Amino acid sequence: MNYFIKICSCLLALLISSSALAELPSAAQQPLLQELTTVKLSKTLPVLQQLEASEGADMLPLFKTLLGGNLYFVREDGRLLGKYKAQGATLYADLFTGEKLVDLTKKQVKKIKVNNRLRGYLGEAIARIQLNNSDSDVRAEAVRSLFSDLDANTIELIRTARLDEQSRSVQDVMDVALALYRADNSDDATERLQAVKDLQGSLEPPVRNQLTKLAENDPSRSVRKAAQKGLDKIAKQAEMYSFVNQLFFGLSLGSVLLLAAIGLAITFGVMGVINMAHGEMIMLGAYTTYVVQLLLPEMIEYSLWIAVPAAFIVSGLVGILIERLVIRHLHGRPLETLLATFGISLILQQLVRTVFSPLNRQVATPDWMSGSIEINPLLSLTLNRLYIVAFALLVFMILLIVLKKTSLGLNVRAVSQNRDMAKAMGIRTDRVDAMTFGLGSGIAGIAGVALSQLTNVGPNLGQAYIIDSFMVVVFGGVGNLWGTLVAAFTLGIANKFIEPVTGAVLASILVLVFIILFIQKRPKGLFPQKGRAAE
Amino acid sequence: MSILDSTRDAMRRDQVWSFLQEHEQKVDISHQVLLYVEGLNLSFDGFKALNDLNLYINDGELRCLIGANGAGKTTLMDVITGKTQCDSGSVYFGQSINLLDKDEAEIAQLGIGRKFQKPTVFEAHTVMDNLELSLKSNKSVLPTLLAVLNGEEYDRIDEVLETIGLKGERMMLAGSLSHGQKQWLEIGMLLMANPRLLLVDEPVAGMTVQEGERTAELLTSLAGERTVVVEHDMEFVRSIAQTVTVLHQGSVLAEGSMDEIQNNQDVIEVYLGEAP
Amino acid sequence: MSGFMSKFMSFSRINGDSKVAPFVVLLLTVTVLASACNLLLPSDSIFYVSTYTITLLGKYLCYAMLALAVDVIWGYCGILSLGHGAFFALGGYAMGMYLMRQIGDRGVYGNPDLPDFMVFLNWSEMPWFWQGMDQFWIAMLMVLLVPGLLAFVFGWLAFRSRVTGVYLSIMTQALTYALLLAFFRNEMGFGGNNGLTDFKDILGFDLQADSTRVSLFIITALLLCGLLILSKKIMQTRFGKVIIAVRDGESRARFIGYKTENYKVWLFVYSAMIAGIAGALYVPQVGIINPGEFSPINSIEMVIWVAVGGRGTLIGAIIGAILVNYAKTKFTAIMPDGWLFALGAMFVLVTLYLPKGLMGLWEQLKEKQQQSKNQSGNDSPNEKAEEGHA
Repeated sequence: MNYFIKICSCLLALLISSSALAELPSAAQQPLLQELTTVKLSKTLPVLQQLEASEGADMLPLFKTLLGGNLYFVREDGRLLGKYKAQGATLYADLFTGEKLVDLTKKQVKKIKVNNRLRGYLGEAIARIQLNNSDSDVRAEAVRSLFSDLDANTIELIRTARLDEQSRSVQDVMDVALALYRADNSDDATERLQAVKDLQGSLEPPVRNQLTKLAENDPSRSVRKAAQKGLDKIAKQAEMYSFVNQLFFGLSLGSVLLLAAIGLAITFGVMGVINMAHGEMIMLGAYTTYVVQLLLPEMIEYSLWIAVPAAFIVSGLVGILIERLVIRHLHGRPLETLLATFGISLILQQLVRTVFSPLNRQVATPDWMSGSIEINPLLSLTLNRLYIVAFALLVFMILLIVLKKTSLGLNVRAVSQNRDMAKAMGIRTDRVDAMTFGLGSGIAGIAGVALSQLTNVGPNLGQAYIIDSFMVVVFGGVGNLWGTLVAAFTLGIANKFIEPVTGAVLASILVLVFIILFIQKRPKGLFPQKGRAAE
Repeated sequence: MSILDSTRDAMRRDQVWSFLQEHEQKVDISHQVLLYVEGLNLSFDGFKALNDLNLYINDGELRCLIGANGAGKTTLMDVITGKTQCDSGSVYFGQSINLLDKDEAEIAQLGIGRKFQKPTVFEAHTVMDNLELSLKSNKSVLPTLLAVLNGEEYDRIDEVLETIGLKGERMMLAGSLSHGQKQWLEIGMLLMANPRLLLVDEPVAGMTVQEGERTAELLTSLAGERTVVVEHDMEFVRSIAQTVTVLHQGSVLAEGSMDEIQNNQDVIEVYLGEAP
Repeated sequence: MSGFMSKFMSFSRINGDSKVAPFVVLLLTVTVLASACNLLLPSDSIFYVSTYTITLLGKYLCYAMLALAVDVIWGYCGILSLGHGAFFALGGYAMGMYLMRQIGDRGVYGNPDLPDFMVFLNWSEMPWFWQGMDQFWIAMLMVLLVPGLLAFVFGWLAFRSRVTGVYLSIMTQALTYALLLAFFRNEMGFGGNNGLTDFKDILGFDLQADSTRVSLFIITALLLCGLLILSKKIMQTRFGKVIIAVRDGESRARFIGYKTENYKVWLFVYSAMIAGIAGALYVPQVGIINPGEFSPINSIEMVIWVAVGGRGTLIGAIIGAILVNYAKTKFTAIMPDGWLFALGAMFVLVTLYLPKGLMGLWEQLKEKQQQSKNQSGNDSPNEKAEEGHA
């Protein structure tokens, strides 16, 4: 409990310090901004240039909004607004404070128009501002955004920036841009050849386009040949990276399966209790996340840290309740347990439908989980999937440690191996049963938190995973956690590699059929328990 | 039984006149040995349950198998009756039948009966039905569907009911019998099948002294007619023993008459020494 | 009439006393009465039974047949199949294909050769498995063969490698789930998620006509009675005794020489065929078959019908199916949201407090009554043997 309080207070402190205020326009800029709302379209350019010269970096949102054609101002006071769409409705927000202005009607605002000349200028200005940004990723991105319309001006811009550039990765991108320009525009065949050589090894999509163009049309044979060579190299790399990408998707699906199945591996695998309501434990976990976000709307960033323990507790308690009230009375009658827990799953689903409505609920993804890591232009790993792979492995490890190192784990293993003997040794088997079941259910709840980040949360969430989870546990060998791990990742990866060939539905059918056939051949799974105890 | 097997049987010289012979008599015991167990090995997760075990059982012999817990008695029976697959070794029934490539049902149809430690009868069936199911008959699906008890079979059932002393309980549900009665019913079920080899696992476990004595009588009376292998504690073995085999850590430690065994130094050390 | 009745009674006589014969008589009487009240009485009479009710009753009887199929395999052999919905749906699809072919050029697109959905998908010719389905006898053969074959293949694989208990249940559930996914695909050639519908007539009789509806209802009742008696007879042969032996002690049955896997496979096939017939009778009465019938929850719902009625008693399964479905009809009319709560509660309560179902409860009450009359011990042992133990 103490821990919990500590964590909470830490989170609170973080929250306060991080809510930094948006930069407001300086005094010098205010009249220029006002002028922007009144000036004619043909006279806008000088105003923008002055703005850029004054304090360019702060004007980035303004330029971007203007370029997108979303810049408005309030007719009354000339306050600048950005228009954006949220959930189908059009909303306006103050450009600098970010304050949402809900009750503005269309008549009260006016759009600031742009023409093509302004758009050209804005694009360059944004690139210029970003090239001076302190974040190297932003600078690299700015160079990339210039790839599509390289001309003498932009090249000059990049060349100047290149001189001061310190970051190695940004330098590379800049070199690619320069080489691209040379390869396209130089009249000298040797210079083009050199440019093509410089471009080799780069995976930027424009490079590929440029090389294709050169390989087909360039007058010089040696340039064509070099370009073709470069293309082949890119194709080879693309193949490899698409393999890596599929592998990653497979791992990600595998980790979802692992999370869903690992609780079952305890209740079904270790305890031998078949719990058809396991999917609903996952669903409860996902709804817990939803409720946590609902209760603490301003703490979305940290909601998952609260949701994980909360989901564990909620699902765990429901699990213990089910064990106490129903499963305990059906000991040694697996088929009856199956039916009774199926009944419970129906009740839980309907309960959620009644309380939360049958519609899907959206759970927000915190910023630190959205986005992706771009390793190179052909390979980027989405962060949420990456986190879930890590999270699944972490949960697995913790569980392994709990079972191997704690006294609860010792008791669980003792009871699962020989109930009567354990009882004789003074282990309170009924309590151990309840705790184990609670543990398995709680982990299902945690899985629900993770799943809520990948899919919509609805009453049928659990149903979608229950059969898969059982397949994973059975495939891996009942009572063997490592088996579950291997099975989950095998099935996940297999699924993702079959998918491009056959389509998603047929892939899952094939995997199901494969498992059915596999179980015929090895009824005890991949890693069976041996010996007389197994029977 | 596949066509190939039956043709193969038909071509064997001693089987040419198969219609003259009883179904069970195709077991070739020309060397008086009914069961060969040679070089049997089996390990569970590193634990060697059977360790190069060799055992020969003669036709018509009453053999007792003894040994401490974990000596491999039950495991040996499991391998012989096809319940467990062994890692290496061979088990032959008579001269020619390899038991290792057959499953439980085929082995049972060959005439090897098995009685488990815990009495397992079909509790939802009457005593009569239990015996009917165990009748030596064609046990494939269609003949069973069309099977009707004939007079001869009724007589056979009556005879067995007499032997096991359950005549009065004929129409009772097996589930409502006492523990000892269930044990006898199970033995009766084995008798119905008229087996060549009867493997009996701890037949007097949980019986009263009187019941145990009756069981001993029953088993002794069976010997000579058909081979019986029994394993149980020393007390019971002493009362019925002819030849005794002592198992220890998955292999045969000693073999001989009860007297020889009792004086065997090794046996005294590992087994009798611990016995009360 | 009474001569015929006594003959019939002796045909369906069971060792000891049994309720099958009286039950069959009751069922047929109700069927004949309801049919007569629909066809002969004017629609303003108080005793008039509407065609809607007849169809509803016919539907219940199809479910009862399905429950019979589940009970044969679960109640008597202890194999809990959560995939019987698949056999039911396959039988239904076979019938649906025949009915689809009967539409001819009366479809929306008026194509004389191809069913509407194929025209919609721009298919130029009929897939091979639709060939011949315009022949009633071929379709009926498929009603039996397709579920039977699937059950045989699945059972042969599963039982031979000794997959039992909960594993088997999960495998059967996965089977029906895989079929569900497959039948949702348009490329399968079974109408995708819309399934097969808009049927016009069967063997030349208009499906909307009262007489056709009543005939279908009567045929369902007759087949149900026939299958009930057949199943009862089968369970009384030595084959049936082996089946119960497998339920109560499979390894023992093996050790006395029965290849239990063969027994289980054939019983599974028999059960799947009953389910297929039920599906085939269901489709013309309900007028549609779609992949939803494959969904795992349907298959598991069937199990609860049997559990409520009392497994291991064939009559119990039938009564359970009719009762639960009647309750469902009533319940969903009054408060649709409540039904799943009720169903869920039924699962829990029946398994906890009524393991032998309503038939078991009735038995118990009767026994108590007898005990209070001090007449205990009259029960024939066979009676008890019929009740499930597993």
